[in-house]
Amino acid sequence: MYNFTFHRPTTVRQAAGLLARNPDGKLLAGGHSLLPVMKQRLAQPSAIVDLSLVEGMSGVEVKGRSVVIGAMTRHADVANSQVLKDLMPGLASVPGSIGDPQVRNRGTIGGSIANNDPNADYPAACLGLGATIITNKRRIAADDFFTGMFSTALEEGEIIVKVSFPVAKKAAYEKFKHPASGFALVGVFVSKRGPDIRVAVTGAGSNGVFRVTSFEEALKKRFAAKSIEGMTIPASGMNADIHASPEYRAHLVAVLARRALAKANA
Amino acid sequence: MSATGIGAPVRRKEDFRFITGQGQYTDDVTRPGETRAVFVRSPHAHANIKSIDVSAAKTMPGVIDVLTGAQLASDKIGNLICGWMIHSKDGSPMKMSAHPALAATKVNCVGDAVAVVIAVTIAQGKDAAEKVKVDYEVLPAVVDPAKAQAAGAPQIHPDIANNTIYQWHLGEKKDVDVAFAAAKHVTKLDIINNRLVPNAMEPRAALADYDAGTDNLTLWNTSQNPHVARLVISAFIGMAPEHKLRVIAPDVGGGFGSKIFIYPEEVVCLWASRKVKRPVKWTSDRSEAFLTDAHGRDHVTHAELALDANGKILALRAKTIANLGAYMSTFSSSVPTYLYATLLSGQYNIPSIYCEVDAVYTNTAPVDAYRGAGRPEATFVVERLVEVAARQMGIDPADLRRRNFITAFPHQTPVIMAYDAGDYNASLKKAMEIADVKGFAKRKRDAARNGKLRGLGYSTYIEACGIAPSQAVGSLGAGVGLWESAEVRVNPTGSVEVLTGSHAHGQGHETTFAQLVSERLGIPFENVSIVHGDTDKVQFGMGTYGSRSGAVGMSAIVKALDKIEIKAKKVAAFMLEAAEGDIEFKDGKFTVAGTDKSAAFGDVALNAYIAHKFTGAELEPGLKETSFYDPTNFTFPAGCHICELDVDIETGKVDIVNWTAVDDFGTIINPMIVEGQVHGGIAQGVGQALMEGAFYDANGQLVTGSMMDYTMPRAHDLPSFHVGLTETKSPSNPLGMKGCGEAGAIASPAAVINAITDAIGTENIAMPATASAVWTALQKLQAPKAA
Ligand SMILES: Cc1cc2nc3c(=O)[nH]c(=O)nc-3n(C[C@H](O)[C@H](O)[C@H](O)COP(=O)(O)OP(=O)(O)OC[C@H]3O[C@@H](n4cnc5c(N)ncnc54)[C@H](O)[C@@H]3O)c2cc1C
Repeated sequence: MYNFTFHRPTTVRQAAGLLARNPDGKLLAGGHSLLPVMKQRLAQPSAIVDLSLVEGMSGVEVKGRSVVIGAMTRHADVANSQVLKDLMPGLASVPGSIGDPQVRNRGTIGGSIANNDPNADYPAACLGLGATIITNKRRIAADDFFTGMFSTALEEGEIIVKVSFPVAKKAAYEKFKHPASGFALVGVFVSKRGPDIRVAVTGAGSNGVFRVTSFEEALKKRFAAKSIEGMTIPASGMNADIHASPEYRAHLVAVLARRALAKANA
Repeated sequence: MSATGIGAPVRRKEDFRFITGQGQYTDDVTRPGETRAVFVRSPHAHANIKSIDVSAAKTMPGVIDVLTGAQLASDKIGNLICGWMIHSKDGSPMKMSAHPALAATKVNCVGDAVAVVIAVTIAQGKDAAEKVKVDYEVLPAVVDPAKAQAAGAPQIHPDIANNTIYQWHLGEKKDVDVAFAAAKHVTKLDIINNRLVPNAMEPRAALADYDAGTDNLTLWNTSQNPHVARLVISAFIGMAPEHKLRVIAPDVGGGFGSKIFIYPEEVVCLWASRKVKRPVKWTSDRSEAFLTDAHGRDHVTHAELALDANGKILALRAKTIANLGAYMSTFSSSVPTYLYATLLSGQYNIPSIYCEVDAVYTNTAPVDAYRGAGRPEATFVVERLVEVAARQMGIDPADLRRRNFITAFPHQTPVIMAYDAGDYNASLKKAMEIADVKGFAKRKRDAARNGKLRGLGYSTYIEACGIAPSQAVGSLGAGVGLWESAEVRVNPTGSVEVLTGSHAHGQGHETTFAQLVSERLGIPFENVSIVHGDTDKVQFGMGTYGSRSGAVGMSAIVKALDKIEIKAKKVAAFMLEAAEGDIEFKDGKFTVAGTDKSAAFGDVALNAYIAHKFTGAELEPGLKETSFYDPTNFTFPAGCHICELDVDIETGKVDIVNWTAVDDFGTIINPMIVEGQVHGGIAQGVGQALMEGAFYDANGQLVTGSMMDYTMPRAHDLPSFHVGLTETKSPSNPLGMKGCGEAGAIASPAAVINAITDAIGTENIAMPATASAVWTALQKLQAPKAA
């Protein structure tokens, strides 16, 4: 790790101010994406702005027909939230599938989304539910937020404060774990909220999380695995690496979508 | 059997300190004035070093010195060596190129060290290491052993033509050819034994401390054999005379073979400590471990089996290319030769065997012994061939094995080994019962209803352990003898210290060795402590690998205990005023035969030291004995593993649902520890079969350079194992032990692959059989049906 200055603001405003004064500074949430790259000397932020003492950034709350999760809420706290488990077990299962207990006890939803790792789980849930990412400056629809691998609509110095998920009647996540890392080799989140049907895929696409509109169309008739039976998506645009071919990833998208649909309807 | 004697499942003594974080590993040892070594490593797999500029690095804060390969050479520090001479078929000696601890003119794999920064802290060392400017001329690389010998392949060492280290063979080619010509059935397989990264929990480390006052050097390191390390570093590398070099391998957190070898980093730390006159410590991080620990396996093999119409095996032949990486590691040459081809007879009566092995250099990390070392590769070849032959001939795989089992002992194979004892039918039978093979067909139908293809695979393996008779290995090219030493020190109060040349790095010797002493001397288990891993304490030892600590290390203790008993009887005779020949020793008590006169072991020990009952002319005081034990043969643990698994048709994911292991390890000292060894071995074997694989890209970059890409087996990947034992005692050592450390890793890959191929109905699938690979194989098969 290289040297850096360490700051511990107590308000979002202070944090934003510190970022403004330290242009190559970085926010620190759970540290489970940032610290590994710093330890490997692949990142060299001059300042670290730790969000852990900022008030009011964590917790799971039901507000009307939405569930609002503070950006600093740890994966374990979301996974174990009783309100969420009762209301949308499909969403609660997403952080429950992340990493190991150590990761879940430190990692946060805000950090995960801001990082937008192409194999991360939360981006599929955000896109698959049509969440709204609320920052210190504005509200960003999930459809506009994830702009490619490790890239988001966040501007310099913008801080995610919370994420608002509309409550969907039917929602489920199906994850096929990357054999080594435990991230999603492919993960598919499906949901149905009135006429809004979403199928979002993480892990597979070479451009990060994406929606499968052909499946969504087919599911408009009936939100069931049967409706997409035999449907496939093209392998072009899928990731290729030693762990899986594009064909395998494309195949898994369809398999996991069917399984997620079955789960959502169970 | 006493509660702590031979055969008792005693809890491990050492675990208290390990699980409470009180183990003392090399990195835990600190010396006053200690400095840190940070290595500058090549980012290229193959490049000429045009220049190295350390001037900027030397001026960085906290930097004490920056040293390079040129200085190492001018200080006449010798190259690392491979200590086992192999001769090619044409009689020529193997071609070993130079392996300097710091590369001076050329790098041959990613991670090759070119310079070392000695700094006060690691962070300062890393900052300075970034300032070392190395001008590389990048060369094309070769990583695939099958391509290394091709015309036009990059030439790695200028003095080694075609990157070929040796072209070795074993067996009678003519006999084999005749048998194949007459065979009714021939099975052929192309097999890749995937390259593995050992990944011991504790990374390698070294701490060197030069004492200018005495001119003595001390090295703490993560070694499985500190005496051999001292011998090599002294005699071949020329660091210091043996009596001026002390090597201490304290608690060591796993080795699996990778800590047998002498590595560049420990040599450099020793050299640097003498130069800067301060202690120098290096602890590998996980990334360095992936790049620089000696890897395992990496064979490319074509193998064939000839059978008659009844499924009797007539002959076996194999041609293997073994990848030894960029440099020849300490024992690398022996692994794909005498530890591999000599086991190609398996548990079977095979009249003729012929094996050719080419060992090649590539631009990859060195490859050497890894849990099983050669024997897993042999078992995989034999057990895959047998299984496929059975299926091709329409014979039940268990039956084909039975038809060919060796049943009379001793049995001389055509490939050197003389098996001394075993009962292969017994372990197969017991394993089939535990695994409920009879009920398999029904379970397969049930699984099919859930979209699963169920498969069953056998592996009836054999290995050669208890390595090894010194004269025998000497005749095969070994540079050392493979005996073991023990010293038993009885204290005046009757407690006992055993100094052993075996080294424990997870095996539990402090427990099992104490069990042996407790049983033999009839003293409490708590009154025995085991001392190992320090060349100043233990006179000499050959260390731990090849499942040798029981069969060889404990045999040496037995021999020393025999001598203790003889001496103690003499002391007792004086005490009890009886003739030495009338003294009997049993359950910790010396008695005069036919009387009730007796003396307890503790009293005899005290009398040996106070020496009041005899004069110096009659008997030497003291009670301490030493033994060097050289085994008369290898031992041959064997058994049967049965893997039952499900393949998810939709995703190709494999789930092991049932694992049965029935092993014959001869005498068992501690069944709990043995079971643990079997579990760990199976985990590593399943890892090799389903998950692990070190992949280099065409430029020689290690793609699987971290836990994010290299899949280690986790507890949840494995079922609860059903472990059973059969027992035939080894006649080759006094305890009848065979060794259990490697069996699991040797047996299991073939059982898994046999089960997968059974499930999906294909002949072959490469390891690691990941979900992606299995799915791809399923796509290639025509319309797989779930029943
Ligand atoms: C061993 C391991 C296994 C893992 N497995 C999984 C897995 O299975 N699935 C998965 O999805 N993830 C996995 N992760 C990643 C984990 O979920 C991380 O916690 C997460 O990606 C980042 O969250 P964090 O709170 O740790 O963020 P940090 O590492 O602290 O920060 C990550 C990035 O986000 C920025 N950031 C943080 N908070 C905010 C904010 N409020 N506003 C704007 N920017 C912010 C930081 O500046 C930084 O650039 C794993 C990580 C590890 C170490």
